[in-house]
Amino acid sequence: MIELRQVSKEYPNGTKGLNKINLTIGQGEFIAVVGLSGAGKSTLLRSINRLHDITEGDIIINGKSITKSHGKALRMIRRDIGMIFQSFNLVKRSTVLRNVLAGRVGYHSTLRSILGRFPAADVDLAFGALERVGIADKAYIRADQLSGGQQQRVAIARVLAQEAKIILADEPVASLDPLTTKQVMDDLKRINQELGITTIVNLHFIDLAREYATRIIGLRAGEVVFDGPVSDATNERFAAIYGRPIQEDELLDKGNAPAGQKGITA
Amino acid sequence: MKTQMGVPQSAAVSIHPKPPGRIKHVLTAALVLLLLIASAKQTEASFGELLEGIPEMMKLLREMVPPRWSYMDNILPGMLETIRMALLGTTIGAIGAIPVAIFCAGNLTPNIWVYYPARFLLNLIRTLPDLLLAAIFVAIFGLGPVPGIFALAVFSLGLIAKLTYEALETIDRGPLEAMTAVGMNRIQLIVFGVVPQLAAQFTSFVLYAFEINVRAAAVLGLVGAGGIGLYYEATLGFLEYDKTSAIILMTLVIVLLIDYASTKLREKLL
Repeated sequence: MIELRQVSKEYPNGTKGLNKINLTIGQGEFIAVVGLSGAGKSTLLRSINRLHDITEGDIIINGKSITKSHGKALRMIRRDIGMIFQSFNLVKRSTVLRNVLAGRVGYHSTLRSILGRFPAADVDLAFGALERVGIADKAYIRADQLSGGQQQRVAIARVLAQEAKIILADEPVASLDPLTTKQVMDDLKRINQELGITTIVNLHFIDLAREYATRIIGLRAGEVVFDGPVSDATNERFAAIYGRPIQEDELLDKGNAPAGQKGITA
Repeated sequence: MKTQMGVPQSAAVSIHPKPPGRIKHVLTAALVLLLLIASAKQTEASFGELLEGIPEMMKLLREMVPPRWSYMDNILPGMLETIRMALLGTTIGAIGAIPVAIFCAGNLTPNIWVYYPARFLLNLIRTLPDLLLAAIFVAIFGLGPVPGIFALAVFSLGLIAKLTYEALETIDRGPLEAMTAVGMNRIQLIVFGVVPQLAAQFTSFVLYAFEINVRAAAVLGLVGAGGIGLYYEATLGFLEYDKTSAIILMTLVIVLLIDYASTKLREKLL
């Protein structure tokens, strides 16, 4: 369970990234966070594993405050939270397997990990994770030899090898083409359902959010302006939230918007 | 002409942007010339003096050819010692450069109270020329190759650390973010996120330092720090210029060989 209590983030230049956000996210939920660029989606996600520090409020992950944790305690909480990035963030010159094994490093002592002596169980786990995303045959290839979609799947395998209980995905499909987008989102959904991993995904496309998520959180100017089930997240609601009609570039499936939903400028 | 090239009719009268003025270039050239003339005046160097020196130079060159080929046998041990000195000095310097570079890099050592002093110290080291370093170490350790090795180690440390920390600051931050998110500590993050990104470049820097060190090691003997430089000093001192030219030729061949091998290796790495 993730709890955000009165979370605010003010940047040094005075702009508010997040403004008094209260959220409770249960185990196993699949949440899509939507909003325009600069609405605070990325800031929200990075606050949860404290890649960004918040300026006010508290964030509690499974009963422990990550905001108040330091050193080893902080790293232990982070170990349970996997993260997937828009730009994949793989170590390009390392092999796929080593990238996936990086997810195991938090479980071992510094000495053991820098010597690269991973136990056989870890290697099995890494291969299992690669199999789950269908690229086990690429294990010994350098990460930069793979296509974008394959690289993102390596990143998903890294999170799986990490045995994370929560997955944060920051625009995971923004650099991918529509077909690969679907494959990666399918992977995330399957993992969420099969392993019960709480998944929070930042998405630019509203229709994609509706297709995969069970709950949608809408952000505008650092505030939660929508929080509800997919059935409530109609284009009209979002047009109201954004203060203008939904635009074509906010839909992945252009020209094929669900019938009966108005306000699409085409 | 513009309209023929497909520029829309509405913008028929295209206005050419003005080419940037030439004044800047002219002023720069004038300034450089001024500096040259002023420097020559201050150091009392003149073309006249250079011309007067030509006969003397020709005399020296005539004495240098033909080189005394038989002398090559005598200097081979010195040449090998030079290479060994360069090898050891570069290795010690390279190892020392790793922590220094990490402390200097603002993205890996975010604490301004650490990386500014570290950079200051590094710049201090880099201001000391290798010959001066060798002279200092000769005073400490006495004559022989050991002070030369230490001088080269300090010199290489400065060079490699500088190049490495600048390269460190340009590495892709993304993987570091991912490694942090995984729950790694700082050392694990460096081993898994930084080392693979920088290993090839670092090796290239070390090879480059080795190239420079072979040349530097050749003159360190002038201050008594071992290597082929001792033979330079001896032969010049006894006015045996044919032997000096033999040494010069041998040094040239060795330096070219090492440069070539190192350049090829570095090309393969990057």
